[in-house]
Amino acid sequence: MGLVPFYLVAAIAVGTALGLVIKKNPIHGALFLVVNLASIAVLYQSLGAEFLAWAQVIVYAGAIMVLFVFAIMVLIPGKEETGPDPRRRTRLVAMPLGAALFLLLLGFLITGPAPPAPAGGTAATTTGLERLATILFTDYLLPFEMTSILLLAAMVGVLLLARRGTT
Amino acid sequence: MAPESHYAILSAVLFTIGVVGVVIRRNPLVMFMSIELMLNASNLALVAFGHRTGTVDGQALVLFVMAVAAAEVAVGLAIIVAIFRVRRRLSVDDLSLMRW
Repeated sequence: MGLVPFYLVAAIAVGTALGLVIKKNPIHGALFLVVNLASIAVLYQSLGAEFLAWAQVIVYAGAIMVLFVFAIMVLIPGKEETGPDPRRRTRLVAMPLGAALFLLLLGFLITGPAPPAPAGGTAATTTGLERLATILFTDYLLPFEMTSILLLAAMVGVLLLARRGTT
Repeated sequence: MAPESHYAILSAVLFTIGVVGVVIRRNPLVMFMSIELMLNASNLALVAFGHRTGTVDGQALVLFVMAVAAAEVAVGLAIIVAIFRVRRRLSVDDLSLMRW
């Protein structure tokens, strides 16, 4: 990916992220977030992570955002932030703090330790997806299986929480 | 090919926007979406650094982060719906006590 397409996609990502934070209506925020996730999927693709790019579209932009939009529709919010904010001055402290955090991250990126050199010439023989699958089912097999347990536990927990008459 | 440091700086920008979003918004759903924004920013940094070192360990980590994020969103939205059923309101300022 050249510099110009990168800056285009990066501008879309930053703009939609700002839209999510600034727009009052949560449905607009959710749609901004979908575009943001899609633009990050494009960046994954440009970094050679094609599996993650499509997993991003399917899992994030598909499943998770449907869940968000569904929750927004069920709860019908949108009236919560119309009145004057009683703690506006306290919240505006977030602006300088956010700027400080950004400068901190930037400083670490500039002065941080140099990354290790690329490992050997083995990268060209197999695709990224093949290598990802190999280490996922060898080195990272235990975390992989624990992920399945985590998802099962989350599913059971959500069923328990969403059951009527228990709260 | 844009250098990886550009991806890292973009990731820092998105992460900062997510942090500010969590702090300045009052709607828990929007706060949740800002948390997703932060997770994605860190994922982008992981993939970019993995690309720079020529390994795919970062991509494996991103896959786990995605799974954890899916579980987190499901549980978090269920909790928000449960709170809404009891309180009939949806502003985090009303939820400063850790009890009903």
